[in-house]
Amino acid sequence: MAPIISIRNLTKAYASGVQALQSTTLDIRKGEIFALLGPNGAGKTTLINIVCGIVTPTSGQVTADGHDIARDYKAARAKIGLVPQELTTDTFETVWATTNFSRGLFGRGPNPALVEKVLRDLSLWEKRDAKIMTLSGGMKRRVMIAKALAHEPEILFLDEPTAGVDVELRRDMWNLVRGMRERGVTIILTTHYIEEAEEMADRVGVINKGRLIVVEEKAVLMKKLGKRTLTLHLQEPLKELPPSLASWSLVLKADGNDLEYTFDAHAHTGIPDLLRRLSEIGIGFKDLNTKESSLEDIFVGLVHESGSTPEKLTAATA
Amino acid sequence: MSTDTVALAFNRFGVWAIYRFEMARAVRTAWQSFVTPVMTTSLYFVVFGSAIGSRMTEVGGVSYGAFIVPGLIMLSMFTESIFNASFGIFFPKFTGTIYEILSAPVSYLEIVLAYVGAAATKSIILGLIILTTASFFVPLRIEHPFVMVTFLVLISCTFSLFGFIIGIWAKGFENLQFIPMLIVTPLTFLGGAFYSIDMLPPAWRTFSLFNPVVYLISGFRWSFYGKSDVAIEMSLAITLGFFVACLAVVAWIFKTGYRLKN
Repeated sequence: MAPIISIRNLTKAYASGVQALQSTTLDIRKGEIFALLGPNGAGKTTLINIVCGIVTPTSGQVTADGHDIARDYKAARAKIGLVPQELTTDTFETVWATTNFSRGLFGRGPNPALVEKVLRDLSLWEKRDAKIMTLSGGMKRRVMIAKALAHEPEILFLDEPTAGVDVELRRDMWNLVRGMRERGVTIILTTHYIEEAEEMADRVGVINKGRLIVVEEKAVLMKKLGKRTLTLHLQEPLKELPPSLASWSLVLKADGNDLEYTFDAHAHTGIPDLLRRLSEIGIGFKDLNTKESSLEDIFVGLVHESGSTPEKLTAATA
Repeated sequence: MSTDTVALAFNRFGVWAIYRFEMARAVRTAWQSFVTPVMTTSLYFVVFGSAIGSRMTEVGGVSYGAFIVPGLIMLSMFTESIFNASFGIFFPKFTGTIYEILSAPVSYLEIVLAYVGAAATKSIILGLIILTTASFFVPLRIEHPFVMVTFLVLISCTFSLFGFIIGIWAKGFENLQFIPMLIVTPLTFLGGAFYSIDMLPPAWRTFSLFNPVVYLISGFRWSFYGKSDVAIEMSLAITLGFFVACLAVVAWIFKTGYRLKN
């Protein structure tokens, strides 16, 4: 099946000299939820803004549903909805007026029934006559989503859609995104909240310093790069690791009370051999637990490998 | 070809959405948009008409009160066209909502048509309101109504285009006020809005001919009373020239994305 968005050798260098995007090639499949992860300044928003027509690329080609975003920009843009990261709204307008404005702007004729449905789906119907300036931050975020959906886009870009929203609204938005995917809308979201990508995405792309490090099915990525950790709570603390355990990847923790073993989740684990050897050398344990690495662990690892510290990530996922 | 594709060939819904949005802003600020200029015009008649008009009863066979009407209309239209168009495009840039315009399937021509069309509409309405207000104070006649409407439309569109350029160029509210306050208003006052340049000493009269506003006011006044400081053909040519120059600058802005796109 032809990709709904095709990005080929896309680059962007700003006048300031910043190379925001290095040669990037990416296909987005129709109907999928694609999560684009990356630390601040990685190039996520630049990539989205180029596809949406807000930023001019330095080189490369992008098509949306087969329409070139430069040559056939009207047809391409008509397919796309964008919810930007910043809460930028026409503060003096009402919810109803601004949503209808967006529909018209994208070349669609009036359809009050559809706009009503969009507002009801987003729990905005009761606020339809309210001026945007009177709404809370969370409600404004909903208005921005309503504006993006008003022209019935086939592709929806959500740039940090849940930044700064409360847990309840975040859950609502996740449900909304899943509902849109069921209706065949392709969704590309950027996020700092790794759990968001883990919860919703079909595929994940990690971008850092303008370079796409990896693009993979979320499940495959977690399978490929996922690690598991076995923690043994020892009966007696150890001062140091016995030499006979050197062939296992072991670390002593909690003042020698815990023995932590990290292993590849999908290869030969080596756990039976380890437990046998511990028994042979007289090291007993009173309890054990295992933990699988999350997408966040994988992301941090990838970003570190590519030579950057995801400084914002820690705060965002805390 | 689907209905949507046809609609997008010329995005009439998009143009209408922007136009209606801009007009709604004028309605929301009706007091500032329409009532204030009427009050200002009335004050001009009280101050200029009574104070100066009592000493200078006629200019070129036209009563002084009636003589200043075309200049007053032009003064308000210049200011309002520039203000409405510049604010219309600057405010989305300032608040960030410009992202929606830039990501929408609207061509640059359609964007200009919508913003400049709305600003020009407001200016024309304002011009007609001032004309009506003036008719309560002084006896008016319009000898060349077709030329009067042509000037009204052409000048409102030209100055709205000029305002649109200022709105894109401006980096802050201060920039927005800079050209209207420091250049356009002085040029209007020195452009024969309240006097005929024939009344000036020869040196100043020659100097005034370098002021483009002289031609606009003179041409507009000619449509009222058949009398002008410069030939009507010259006035029309200068007005059209300014219009084309503004169009060229707008075309360049959109071609390069100047201060709109990174």
